Amino acid sequence: MKKTPLYNLHQKHGAKFVQFAGYEMPIQYETGIVKEHITTRNNSGIFDVSHMGQLFLKGGHELTNDLQKIFPIDLAKISINQSKYSFLMKENGGIYDDLIITKLKDGYMIILNAACKDADLNILKSKIGEKYQINLSDNLSLIAIQGPKAKDVLDSLVPGVTKLKFMNGNQFKYKDLDIYITRSGYTGEDGFEISINNKIVENFVEKLIEKGSTMIGLGARDTLRLEAGLCLYGHDLDENTSPIEANLKWAISKSKINEKFPGSEFIKKQYNEGVSKLRVGIKPETKVIARESTKIFDEKDNEIGKVTSGTFGPSVNGPIAMGYIHNDYSKKNTKIFLEVRGKRVPASICEMPFYKKNYVREGGDNVRN
Amino acid sequence: MLEKEETMSEIKFSKEHEWITVDGEVATIGITKHATELLGDIVFAELPEKGSNVNKDATAGVVESTKAASDVYTPISGEVVDTNQSIVDDPSKINSDPEGDGWFFKLKIKDPAEMNTLMNRDEYDKFAKESAS
Repeated sequence: MKKTPLYNLHQKHGAKFVQFAGYEMPIQYETGIVKEHITTRNNSGIFDVSHMGQLFLKGGHELTNDLQKIFPIDLAKISINQSKYSFLMKENGGIYDDLIITKLKDGYMIILNAACKDADLNILKSKIGEKYQINLSDNLSLIAIQGPKAKDVLDSLVPGVTKLKFMNGNQFKYKDLDIYITRSGYTGEDGFEISINNKIVENFVEKLIEKGSTMIGLGARDTLRLEAGLCLYGHDLDENTSPIEANLKWAISKSKINEKFPGSEFIKKQYNEGVSKLRVGIKPETKVIARESTKIFDEKDNEIGKVTSGTFGPSVNGPIAMGYIHNDYSKKNTKIFLEVRGKRVPASICEMPFYKKNYVREGGDNVRN
Repeated sequence: MLEKEETMSEIKFSKEHEWITVDGEVATIGITKHATELLGDIVFAELPEKGSNVNKDATAGVVESTKAASDVYTPISGEVVDTNQSIVDDPSKINSDPEGDGWFFKLKIKDPAEMNTLMNRDEYDKFAKESAS
């Protein structure tokens, strides 16, 4: 089992560990998931996401042109230091991985899911490995700091970060070493992700804690991202689900609809003609939690879908879920039934996010994600 | 005073991590502190229906943390005579006071001899420690 460079620090803070994608990761610390969740929403929280892949591609214009044939996002239109949410697509229109791609001066950085990163590397190598240098870093950690106070905490350590716009990054210095910071995250909060050398990451996180931030485990990361209506790969997205079915149409560039990339035929068809199933938000009417794999029925007892993520949302103070449902039932407020422990629980289709911050994203580029 | 003390049994425990106390012919049942520590923050509780009959070791409720759902079993058989609705409204009570305000349900005991199959606190503490390691 692999450990991140912050393993000892997690232990020191009373972490309970779980095995996640081949890593021993903290699921929670002493205070527990609900308090960690609320701390992130009201203050700030630090997440060790070093298990995720940080992949670097070196190249210029030609690399951009070649990546245009791989990703459904228009990379020619993004500027240096700008980030976009995208997918590594399968020929059947399914998703090998969802990712964040950032244009750098000399190439691209792609943040990948831990469970997919080795396979992603092989896919990219098989496509363009002979032409370009592709490297999955093993000397960099990845830290997220999220929440309304994240900008003040981080700015006190790395002056200037508050100038970053949402989904934009830049190079900064910490202890004479380069660190790369993007204004992004996966909690529905304002925040940053910091790519930092393994040698200084523990010191860096200790300083963030001294400045008033708190370590948050994967348990709260899951409740935060679900309240924000964000997908978790392997649950809400997989190789047999397309971005259009996942209701992530906004992440496909319009200018790419008539271009070729893996799965583009399917995407084009679904983009123009619609889909038979769609990812939706689900609000149970009682306090019952509908977990992943819960079957969804209509009032006539027809099975119409399945829950892919479900939990209790601490900020919503109630159960929340998302899942895939037959398109006829995907309209807001449609009444559905969830089968939990043999009983039918009434629920309705709702808009996501379940929890929305009433602040304006700085930069205001793309409000999603 | 003495009579009251005689009728109150010592607390007993099941291998499924429930506790039980007996007052006369009525038993009060809840989940142990050890169980709450394993579960983490409890965010949902479901109780048996008042008036229903439950059999020893059968499911009589559900608790859910942010992470997962777990069944609550009844350590003895009987008729459900009362349920603690306050834990349905505020499940965090189960974490904060598992052996007090966080009780689940009361049973009219069917067979007092079933109590003999359960552990006392020392036995349970040892069992919990061993099953955790």
